[in-house]
Amino acid sequence: MRLSVSATEYRDQIRNGTVTVEEFVSKTLEKIKKVDEQIHAFITVNDDAINQARNLDKKLKAKEKVGACLGMPISIKDNICTKGIKTTCASKLLQDFVAPYDATVISRLKAEDAIIIGKTNLDEFAMGLTTEFSCYGPTKNPWNIDYVPGGSSGGSAAAVSACESIVSLGSDTGGSVRNPASFCSVFGLKPTYGLVSRYGLVSYANSIEQIGPMARTVEDIAFLMNIIAGQDPNDNTTIDSGAVDYVDDLDVGISGKKIGVVSEMMGEGEQKEVTESTRNAISKLEELGADCEEISISEVLHSVAAYYTLTAAEASSNLARYDNIRYGYDFGVEGFEFNAYISRSRKNFGDEVIRRMLLGTYVLSSGYFGKYYMKAQQVRSLIKTQVERAFQKVDLLISPTVPSMPFKLGEKINDELALFRLDVNTVTANLANIPAISVPFEVKNGLPIGIQLFAGHLQEKLLFQAAHALSKLTKLPESPI
Amino acid sequence: MTKIGLEIHCQLTKLKSKLFCSCKADYRGFEPNINICPICVGLPGSLPLLNKKAVEKAAMIAMRLGCKVPPKIGFFRKNYFYPDLPKNFQITQYNVHGPTSIGSEGQILIEDKMIRISRIQIEEDPGRLIYEGDPSKSLTTFVDYNRSGTPLVEIVTEPDFTTPKQVRTFVNILSDLLDNLGVSDTSLEGALRVDANVSIDKGEKVEIKNIGSFRNLEKAIHFELIRQESLAERGMPIPSETRQWDEGRKITISARTKEEEQDYRYFPESDVPHVLIKDQLLEKLKENMPESIISKRERYVEKYGIPNQVAEVLSTDKFYSDLFEKAHNENNAKEIANLITTDLMGLADTKEKRDQLKLKPQHLSDLADAILNNKITRISAKTAIHEIAKTGKPLSEITSELDLGRVDDESSLLNIIDEVFAEEKQAVEDAKQNIETVNYLVGKVMKKTKGKANPSVTLEIIKKKLK
Ligand SMILES: [Zn+2]
Repeated sequence: MRLSVSATEYRDQIRNGTVTVEEFVSKTLEKIKKVDEQIHAFITVNDDAINQARNLDKKLKAKEKVGACLGMPISIKDNICTKGIKTTCASKLLQDFVAPYDATVISRLKAEDAIIIGKTNLDEFAMGLTTEFSCYGPTKNPWNIDYVPGGSSGGSAAAVSACESIVSLGSDTGGSVRNPASFCSVFGLKPTYGLVSRYGLVSYANSIEQIGPMARTVEDIAFLMNIIAGQDPNDNTTIDSGAVDYVDDLDVGISGKKIGVVSEMMGEGEQKEVTESTRNAISKLEELGADCEEISISEVLHSVAAYYTLTAAEASSNLARYDNIRYGYDFGVEGFEFNAYISRSRKNFGDEVIRRMLLGTYVLSSGYFGKYYMKAQQVRSLIKTQVERAFQKVDLLISPTVPSMPFKLGEKINDELALFRLDVNTVTANLANIPAISVPFEVKNGLPIGIQLFAGHLQEKLLFQAAHALSKLTKLPESPI
Repeated sequence: MTKIGLEIHCQLTKLKSKLFCSCKADYRGFEPNINICPICVGLPGSLPLLNKKAVEKAAMIAMRLGCKVPPKIGFFRKNYFYPDLPKNFQITQYNVHGPTSIGSEGQILIEDKMIRISRIQIEEDPGRLIYEGDPSKSLTTFVDYNRSGTPLVEIVTEPDFTTPKQVRTFVNILSDLLDNLGVSDTSLEGALRVDANVSIDKGEKVEIKNIGSFRNLEKAIHFELIRQESLAERGMPIPSETRQWDEGRKITISARTKEEEQDYRYFPESDVPHVLIKDQLLEKLKENMPESIISKRERYVEKYGIPNQVAEVLSTDKFYSDLFEKAHNENNAKEIANLITTDLMGLADTKEKRDQLKLKPQHLSDLADAILNNKITRISAKTAIHEIAKTGKPLSEITSELDLGRVDDESSLLNIIDEVFAEEKQAVEDAKQNIETVNYLVGKVMKKTKGKANPSVTLEIIKKKLK
C-alpha cells in the first residue's frame, strides 16, 4: 500500500475496498512514528484517529452515508482550533490550550469525514519563514534534514511532503503556506481574502491572513477548496463567491491566456537557480500556448516594508490577550499585582514574537501612527490598485515563490533582514487580497524550487487550471524520506 | 470661563444579545461567568460578529440628538491592558479620517441653552471586577465576564455647560430621551454612566471618572470647580489630569499618572467590516421611532387639552406615557392624565414599586370612565387605585368589596346631611352668614360617607337647607 497517493486516489481505493480506512490511517501513524523523530512535523498526534477510522470502516461496510473525504488523514497547522485537541501555536503561552470549538474549516472537513491525524509545527504564532521559531524546536526539510522546510507552515509542508498526511491546512499571512510549499516541493494555496473562513484561526495579522490548503496535487488543492471555501456566518469578513466547483474543468489548459512576468520579482537579488527555473517554467507555459510578457508592479519594492509594518501592528493587538489569566501557561495568578503578573507571563513569548509586538506597538503609538502605519496602509492601497491594473492586461502573474533555494537550519536565524527579504514575492498577494499558488517545479541538487502563480480576486479556478497545466509538464521525484 | 463637557456611556439594555456575540446582554442578577462564549471572553480564534440591531438603536439615538449619520461606519481597536478586558483591547469607534462613528455634530436644547454633541460611538462594555470588601484593601479581585461585550453607546458633548445644575438638567433630559426611545432602561444600575471634563479660565482640562450616580455627578463637578478655583486664587497651576470621585469622602482625588499617559494606539478593527448605513434604513428607523417627548407633550396639550404641567410630567416619563397611551381614548384622556399624575404618582415613583405594580392600563380607563359617568367620586378613585396597585383586581370587584359606589340619591344624602347639621350648629350659622364657608359642611358629609357622596348633589342640598 502506497502512502504517496493523492486524495482522489485515496478515495478511489477506499471506495473499491482495496484499502480500509483503518489500514491507511494506521500505516500513516506508523510513518509518523518512523520519520517524525527526524523531521518533527507534528506537535500533537491525534490518539483517537484509529478509533475514528474504525468507525468509518463500519459505516462504509454498512453502506451508510459517508462524507467526501472518506476518512482521509489530514494534518492541521497548530494555529487552527480543533475541539478536544491542543492548539498551541507553538507558543509557551498556549502550550495547554484546548479550544472548546472547531474552526469552521475543521467542522467542514469533519462533516465530510476527514480524520485529523495531528497538529503541525509552525513558527510561534506563525511569525517566521523557517519554522525555527517554534517553542517545540524546528521542523526539518524532508528533502534534506539539514535544511529548513520554510515557514511558517513548515510542519504542514513537511508532513505532506513526507507522506505523514495526504493533505494539510496551513495559514498564509505573507507567504506562510507558499514558502514552505516551495521548499518542500508541494502545492500551497493562499486563497482570496474572505474566501475561506478565519473563524478558529488564531489571529496574527487578521486583515491579511487566510487559511490555505497544501497538497501533492493541484486537484487535491481544488478538492479541499470545494470543502472549505465559502461564506461563514461566524466570520463577517467572508464573502459570497457563488457556487464554484474548483475540481471541474481543471485540465482545460492555458492556451491563449496572458501571463505577466512580474519584473520586480525576477533576477534582482535572486538565487541564480531560482531565476533559471522560473525562466524555464515561463518557456514551458509559452509552449502550451500561453502568452507571457514582462509587467511592472513598482510598489512591490515597498511591499515588504509595508507588510511588516501592518502585520506587526495587528500582531501587537491580536496577541495582547495572552495575559495568562483565562487560559494558557500554567502559572499561579494569586499573589501578583495585575501588571506584574501579565509582564511576567508575557516574558514567555519567544524573541521573534516579542520583536514584532514591540515593532507593532511602536508603529501604532501616537506620533508615529501617521509616519508608519498610515504610510504602510497607503502602500497597501497602491499595491491593490497596481495589481488590479495589471489584471486588466493579463490573466495571471508569475514569479518564483521564494527568491532563494532552501537553506540550512541556523543559517539565517540571526539575520532578520535576510529573512524578511525572502517574503518579497509572496506578500503582494496578501496585501492585494488576491489568490496565489506555489507549484513545485524542479529539484536541483536535491532541493526543491517552486513557481508562484497569481490570479485576480476570486479567480481561483483559473489559477488552478494554470497550475495544473504547469505541473503536468514535470514529473517530480517523491521526497527521499 | 467655566467649561464642562460630558462623556456619557449608555448601555443599550433593550437589546437581547451582546454587541459581537449572541450571549445574553443582561448580566444583572446572574451567577458570574454564565452568559459568556469564546467571542466575549476573547478566546484564541474567535471573531466578533456585529449585532446589527445595536447599530440601528445607536442610529436612532444619533438621529434623535440631531446628529449627522455617515453613509458608512467603521470600528476601531482601543488597546490597553486591564483584567476586565479579555482581549486587552476594546472594539469601539473613532473618528480619525472623517466621521466613521454612528453620529456626530448633534445638539440638544436644555432650558434655553443649546448643548452640542460632538459624537456618538458604539462600543463594547468590559467585564466587571468584583472585590472582596473595600476595593482599596482587598487582596483578591474577581472577574465576571457576563457584562463583557454588552452593547454601549458613548455620547460625547462639547464643553458647553457652565454650571453643575445645567449638567444635571441635561442628564435628566437625556435619560428620559433614551428611555422614551426604547433603547435603554436608564434606571438600571450602571446603565448610564457619566464622566465629566471640567476646566476654569486659568487651568487645564481635568477629567473626573468613576462618578457612580447622577446625584453625585452634580456634587463631583461642584467640588471640582471649587477645588480648581481655590488653586487659581492661590496662583497655583491646574494641571491636566484624571481624577476619581471618592464616594465616601465626597471629593475628587488624583488618579495615578500612568492612566493619563495612556496611549490607546487606535487602529481599524478589520474583523468587523464597514457597515453601510443606507438612506432607506434611516427612513425606516425614523418611521418606527417612538414619538419624541416634545411632540408627545404638544399632542397631549393640543389634542386633549391636558394642562401643560401635567403633559410635561406625563411625556417625560416613559412608564407614565406608555400607561397613558394604552389606557386613553378621546373622551377620558384628560381624566387618565389626571389619575396618573396625581393619584398614581406616589405608587410608582421607584423601580421597585413599578416592578410590583399590579395596575394595568385597563384599570385606568375603567376608573376614568367611572368618574366621568358619576359612578365613583374622585376621592373614592384614589382609594381604588391604591387597592388596584396592590391586588390587580378589576375595578368592579374593588368597588363592591370596598363599597366605593357613589352615593347620589337625595334621600340617603338628606339623612346624612341632617346628621351633620345637628352636629355642626356653629358651622351652619357661619354658612348662613357667609356662604363661602359652606365647603366645611360638604367636607363633613364627604367624611361621613368615606368620600362616596356626590359632591355637587351634596352642595345643592346643603345650600337649599341653609335658605
Ligand atoms: Zn458571548
